[in-house]
Amino acid sequence: MPALFMTCREVGAVTIVDLSGKISLGEGSALLRKTIRDLIENGQTKILLNLGDINYIDSSGIGELVSGFTAVRNRSGELKLLNLTKKVHDLLQITKLFTVFDVYNDEGTAVRSYL
Amino acid sequence: MTPEAKHLEVILDTHVESVNLAEEMCLRVAEAVGFSEDECYRIGMSVREGVINAFHYGNQEKPDKKIHLALDLTQEKMIIHVMDEGKGFHLADVPDPLAEENLLCTSGRGIFLMKAFMDEFDVVAGRTGGAEIIMSKKIPGPGSASGNGNHGKSNSDAAPQQEA
Repeated sequence: MPALFMTCREVGAVTIVDLSGKISLGEGSALLRKTIRDLIENGQTKILLNLGDINYIDSSGIGELVSGFTAVRNRSGELKLLNLTKKVHDLLQITKLFTVFDVYNDEGTAVRSYL
Repeated sequence: MTPEAKHLEVILDTHVESVNLAEEMCLRVAEAVGFSEDECYRIGMSVREGVINAFHYGNQEKPDKKIHLALDLTQEKMIIHVMDEGKGFHLADVPDPLAEENLLCTSGRGIFLMKAFMDEFDVVAGRTGGAEIIMSKKIPGPGSASGNGNHGKSNSDAAPQQEA
């Protein structure tokens, strides 16, 4: 069974990626990397990752979030995060990445922030 | 539960699946010993990061090399050893992932997470020729709320001695 599930949807100019499961070394990280790269190649650079159903993330997954953030920013886009679970929130906090990512708890507010 | 001293050791292939296997094994022991759900998560994550370190940095993902995982249970703590067959490394040489210039690095947070999540953490020269990560967590006593306020600080001075 795959560790990570993802579906993409469009809200205006923003692509929201709903993720569930684990972002960890191996399949999970690879799938996230591919999805973000595919979106960038299709010209979608306003990306909102909905992590509400992510129950686990390791250092490899954190690295993939950072990699995606940088790749999107290099195309003059923005990758933001939505609905962090407590575990993910705490991990981003202790790794100081909370100061790097734009994080939202409300989808509408997050989408409007791209305007 | 107050366990007698116990020792468990497994040799893992240098393979991504070994990361999950090691984490699962240590999680089961941690749960049986009586760690809280939160502490089990921290122990599992630390084992995971230790084995990822051995898999990727130590053994360079070479399938002919092995990862040695050992677990010691004393009356006071759970001690985890992760050994690789690489060239070894010194903790002092590991870049600080919290430094401004490293915040956007896509790797290099594993050691930091192990330090943050475990009570004691150190890296020594292993008997397999590579690095040996030694980390431990105090076993909760009856009615105690186990916790750790390390948040990335190293406790290398208080690290457990390497097993013979």
